[in-house]
Amino acid sequence: MQLARVVGEVVATIKDPNLSGITMLVVQPIAASGEDTGRALVALDSIGAGVGEHVFFVRGREAAFPFYPAEPPADATVIGIVDHWSVG
Amino acid sequence: MILAKIVGTVVATRKDERLVSNKLLVARPMDPRGKAEGSYLVAVDTVDAGIGETVLIVSGSSARMASGMKDCPVDAAIVGIIDHIEVPEPVETAAAERSR
Repeated sequence: MQLARVVGEVVATIKDPNLSGITMLVVQPIAASGEDTGRALVALDSIGAGVGEHVFFVRGREAAFPFYPAEPPADATVIGIVDHWSVG
Repeated sequence: MILAKIVGTVVATRKDERLVSNKLLVARPMDPRGKAEGSYLVAVDTVDAGIGETVLIVSGSSARMASGMKDCPVDAAIVGIIDHIEVPEPVETAAAERSR
């Protein structure tokens, strides 16, 4: 999983039927220091996160698991809202 | 998933038989503000997208979960046509602009 900041939302009317009803967020991965790292991407939302929140997301095939038994075509899904984190 | 702009089409007569009758498009990944980034990729179209449209592309093994792509040799599938992207201005940027 990876830490990220939610920076926006994406709206699409024409999409895979298995994506209907699922919020899509623009997330910017961050380092443990809180700085942006790498490219922003689109992730599905499985927990109700919003713009400005710190979250963690899962990548790969597992990104569809939170929606079981549905199988949306997802390679990234936000699965937790971070209250706080600390590094050593 | 990544955001991308469709910039072209790919035609291939000889290809894996599981790709027959699928449309292949050339896409240029972009950031949420519309700036192109990274290299071009070929993606299977499952939503009838066209040149110039902004789309959502799912990559890796998850691409096989797009509708009609089960057991197909694909690692990038177009699964949505983007209407709009809402990315509020970062607070520091807006403040910086005002101070100019």
